[in-house]
This record gives sequence, structure tokens and C-alpha cells, in this order.
Amino acid sequence: MAVITAVPLKTGSIAIRGENLCRHYRMGETLIRAVDGVSLEVRAGEFVALLGSSGSGKSSLLNLFAGLDRPTSGSVVVEDRDLAKLSREELAKYRLHVVGMVFQSFNLIASMTVAENVELPLRFAEVDRSQRDSLSREALERVGLQSRTNHRPSELSGGEQQRVALARALINRPKLLLADEPTGNLDSHTGTEIMNMVRQFNQELGMTVVMVTHERALAERYAQRMIFLADGRLVADQANTAQHGVLQGGQS
Amino acid sequence: MKAPDLAELAVRNLRESVLRNSLTTIGISVGVASLVAMLSLGIGLQQLASRRLVKSGLFDTIFVTSRRDMRNMDRNEDRGGPTPGESRVLDESARLEIERLPNVQEAYPDIRFVTELRFDDKPHMTTISALPESAKSNDGFEGMEGQFFSSERAAEAILQKQFAEELLGKTPPRGAAEPSVNELAGPLLGKELTMVYAERAPTPPGPVQASPQRTPDALAAASYSVISRERKLKIVGVSNLDPESMRGPMRGRVFIPLKLAEGLHVMQATDIREISTSASGQAVYSSVSARVKSPAQIQAVEDAIKKMGFTTFSLLDASQSLRTFFKVLDLFLGIFGSLALAVASIGIVNTLVMAILERRREIGIMKAIGASDRDVEKLFFAEAGAMGILGGLAGVGLGWAIGRVINIGTNFYLKSQSLPPDNFWAVPWWLVGGAIGFSVIVSLLSGLYPAGRAARLDPVQALRYE
Repeated sequence: MAVITAVPLKTGSIAIRGENLCRHYRMGETLIRAVDGVSLEVRAGEFVALLGSSGSGKSSLLNLFAGLDRPTSGSVVVEDRDLAKLSREELAKYRLHVVGMVFQSFNLIASMTVAENVELPLRFAEVDRSQRDSLSREALERVGLQSRTNHRPSELSGGEQQRVALARALINRPKLLLADEPTGNLDSHTGTEIMNMVRQFNQELGMTVVMVTHERALAERYAQRMIFLADGRLVADQANTAQHGVLQGGQS
Repeated sequence: MKAPDLAELAVRNLRESVLRNSLTTIGISVGVASLVAMLSLGIGLQQLASRRLVKSGLFDTIFVTSRRDMRNMDRNEDRGGPTPGESRVLDESARLEIERLPNVQEAYPDIRFVTELRFDDKPHMTTISALPESAKSNDGFEGMEGQFFSSERAAEAILQKQFAEELLGKTPPRGAAEPSVNELAGPLLGKELTMVYAERAPTPPGPVQASPQRTPDALAAASYSVISRERKLKIVGVSNLDPESMRGPMRGRVFIPLKLAEGLHVMQATDIREISTSASGQAVYSSVSARVKSPAQIQAVEDAIKKMGFTTFSLLDASQSLRTFFKVLDLFLGIFGSLALAVASIGIVNTLVMAILERRREIGIMKAIGASDRDVEKLFFAEAGAMGILGGLAGVGLGWAIGRVINIGTNFYLKSQSLPPDNFWAVPWWLVGGAIGFSVIVSLLSGLYPAGRAARLDPVQALRYE
């Protein structure tokens, strides 16, 4: 629990540091090097895009940051925690309090209403019901879905579902937002809507954002920094020079 | 996760696949029902047996004999105490002493003799037993035709069914249907029997009393003559009692009131020996039955009588082995009942393992947003537990209904056999609570493996699963 109390972020402090990160696994006879010796640093408050073709290891890397997976070797330190050294229980706590995640396929629980999906992390955090209600209302307001709280995910459009997922990612006030192809299942209009919200979280709430995408245009429009992966290796790491114009011109 | 949240999520998940979970729950309830039905039958039979036995008067009666009378005693029944040499004579003063012991309701001599009875001028040799007034409430006289003796001294007789058949010349051939008591009673009730018996002459007539004036001389007491006498008896009842059944004083074919029998001074087979040992000249009995207020006090009274120097026998031991028998019976019934529950527990394992496969992605999502292994494990446990509670509740109800139906069916059968109905089945509260608790425990044990498996699921793979 103690982890949430946010120290005001100094720009420049390190949110994620990966050192010679490897994630290898065996598939039959062949050894697959999903992540193969990646070293990088992400500063607190940064908006980073992980780019690469499919199979380049960008999602595997994101899973390592998310604490969903453990590196085969190397270390990944997020918010001063060496994830490789955490127990399963501690890793669950880390995912609960430090990380918010959004996925390409939304990953909402179909049997639960919108409000229940959003407050589910609070149940794992053992937050009281009354507090849960107000927190989930607040989160849903932030994504503009306060009128749909009692609907099931299947009754919502894709964009709305992703907004629910964003509200859920937000509810525990994490420092890190990890997004895996968040617009992959959306048309360009709703995709833009979602991305604007992500940027808003980044800028207004100070969340560090790491987004996996294969669309370079999307990365150029929103990210401050682009990291290119191929075959599990980091091939390029560059600041987004095109971004300034977008920051002003914004919304289109 | 907190318990109320856990319960809420578990119930929600159970509702998601209603059919499968209801079928599993029905499986559990059938298991619980069979357990409840079996055990309630066992308990009911036990209660029935002890009810019957208490009523039969066997379990509140102590049979007292003199230690000198060893020839007729089974040595196994002798439980130590004074040697025969130190033993007392079982005479009237001893009887009164026994009767004065705490918790003893009455102590009466067992009078039983073989003699001739004439009916329609035909002689019949038979065993006559004397019955105390208290025998009236014994279930041995349930289903008797006519009525019990009008007084303790009335010259009346109750006939045992087979003897009544003999008197009427109606003894059925082996295997043939027995005539009903009702049929036999009709021509016999109110008729007279003539009892021919041998009286010990010197003993004064009337109720037996100690006569202190008599010289305590064995030889003087021994000098008696035997006079043949006759006595008319009115038939007042015909009883269904089985003469072979173990009912102490009731092991006769014709019954007469106790005080009447005492006044007759019939010479009994044991008289010669008794006379030779009776120093006081009082009436000496071959055995005395002491009735105790409740079976619980048997042991204490028995010990007190033994201290007086007599040999005692009660059916307490028999009732203890009866209790052991029912414990074993309950155990076996319980094991059979549990078999169905064991099968049902496999159903729970199956259902939950299926649920893991089905909800793999959901488990992955929950883990991705912060659920710990323990949260997932507890959730599956809660689902197993909820099925256990529901199955247990339904099962107790079902078991109760099954017992009810068995009882009604059995009583219907008994009625068709013109036997009195009874309760064979009892569901005490501890069985209700125990069955539900057992069902929950079995369900949780069944949930152990699926819950562990769900908890260990790798979130990355689970999320990839469609």
C-alpha cells in the first residue's frame, strides 16, 4: 500500500530502467529470444512509444515492465523496485498499485457491468464499498462514461469499451500507464479520442506512458520518444521531433 | 480481497453458468441427502429400539437370585462378590429390603409353576406365571383382547395366544396362517378355567408374612404336606405375547395376578431345596424382580443388591451391546451415504476445472489488473464453498423428504400387515448442521486442486487465450 503515495515527480527521475533485459523461451526445439539484451531508461512523466513489426518483442518487453512476466536475465527496475526480485505476491501488489494497463482487445470482464469492471482493482486493493463507488464514478466521469455505468461491456461500442478500460487503469492512481496497441481494434476517429485521453493522463496526471504500437504515425503524433525494436533487440531510440506541432495543433 | 466481495463475485460466477453449476449442486445435494437419509434411518431405528425396550420393562428390571442357587445360573452372569457360602436366603425380608432401596419402584417374587388347567373338562398341562400390577403398562400386553386383571387378588387369568388355540383345539398346522387374537378371544372371554395345583399345607393361607414366633428350625419348616386343590379362574384376556421371548416373569402361557398366586402357596420345583435352607420359615423365593425408576439407575441399584449378598442380572449389558451395534450400524450407513457425496465431490472438481478453462482469460485479466494468486485461489474456493452450502441445504431438505417417504411407506406396509405404525426415522438438529458442514468441507476439499491450478495460471498465457 505504501507505494502509492506519490512523490511529486521531478522530470528527469528514472521511472523504468532495463539493463540487458532478456526474455527467452523454448518452443519445442527452438529457443525464441523474444527480448534479447535490451537496455533502456524511461524518465518519469515521459510518453514513450515502443515500435516494431509483429514478433519484434515489443509486447514481451511491455509485459516485463508490467510485472506480468519475469526476465530470463538482466534486470528491470520500475519505481525503485527490482521486478525480478519480487515474489509473486509482491508482483501482484506492484501491478495493482503501480501499473495501469490497457490492451488492444480491451479485456473487460463480460459478466460485470461497466462500474464493476472499473472498481475491480479496488476490490483487490480491499477498498471499502462506499469509497469504491465514489472513486469509480470519478474515473468514469474522467473518460466521459458516467451515463453507462450499469451497462455490460457487450452493450458498448469499441471506443466506449476502451474508455472503460482506461478508467479501470486509472482507478488505483498508478504512476505508470502501459498500453498495448490501445487503438488496434478501433477506427481512426475513436482511436484519436482514446489517444487524446492517454495524452491527457500523461500531461495532467503526470503518468509515465509506455505504448506499444506498430503504427509509426500514431507514435509520431503522441509520443515524445520512439524506441524501435526488431527481433527482440533495440535498434533505434530517438526523440520525436515531429511532436511539437502536434502538441499545438492537437486534436485532428 | 474481502470476504463479502469474494462471496459476491463467487455467486456471480456461479450464476454465469447456471446449468452446469446447478447440476453440480444437485449432485452434492443428492450426496448429502443420501447421507442424511441413511443416518436418520439409523438414528430412528435406534430410538425406536430403545423406546420399545424401555417399554418392555426389560431394561428397568433387575433379576435377583440367591447365590446358593448356582445350579441354574449362568456363570457369566456372576460378577463377583461374596462367595455362595456367605450368601443370603432370598426370603420375604430380603424382598422388602430390596424394595426399600433408593430408586426401586417395586420388588416382587417371580412365581412360576407348571400345573394342570381344566377347560371343558379337558386337562391341559401348562406353565402359569404371576404378574404384578405394573405389568399392565408393558408393551407385551399391547394388542391384547379383553382387559387386564380387575384387582391384584382377582381369580382371573390372561391366556397366551397359543394356549388359547390349544384350548379351542384350533392349533394351526405349521406354516398356516395364525388365527387372530380377536378370533380366539371371542369364545373364551368370560369363560371359566379350573386350576388344579398342589398346595404346601402348613404355610398359613393369606399374604405371606414373616412369623417371628416360629422356631428357627429347618426340620420343623421342612415338615409340610402337599394337598391337591382346585381353583376357578375367569378368563379376562387373550394376549399376543410370544412365550419364548425373553420377558422374565412373562415366560408363561397363562398369567394370574401376583397376590393371588402368592396366596395359593403352590408347591414349586425349587421348594425342597429352599425349605432345607430356610432357617426363618419365611416364604423363600427362587428369584425376585426389582423394578427401577429408570434404566440409568440400574447399575447403582444392582451394586446395592449385590452388596446384600445376592446375584443379580439385568439387561444393561445387553443394552450396551445394543448401543454398540447401533454405533456400528450408523457408521456403515454413514459410509454408504458418504459414497454419493464422494462422487459429487468429483463433480465439483470437474466443474471447477472446466470453469478454469472457460474463464482462463478472465483470470488473466484479473491478474493483470492486480489480483494476487491468493485472490484467484480464494475466489475459486468461495465458489466451491457456495456450491457446498447450497448443495448441503438442498440435500438436507431432500434427505428429510426421502426419510419422510420411507417412513410413510413403511407405515403403510405395517398397516396392511395390521401392525401398529411407528417412527423409524429421525433427523436431529446435529445431523442437519453436521450434514451441511460436511458438505461444505467436502466441497472445499474438492476446490483445493482447481483453486490452486487457477492461482498458478500464467497471466501472459492466460491473456493470449481466446
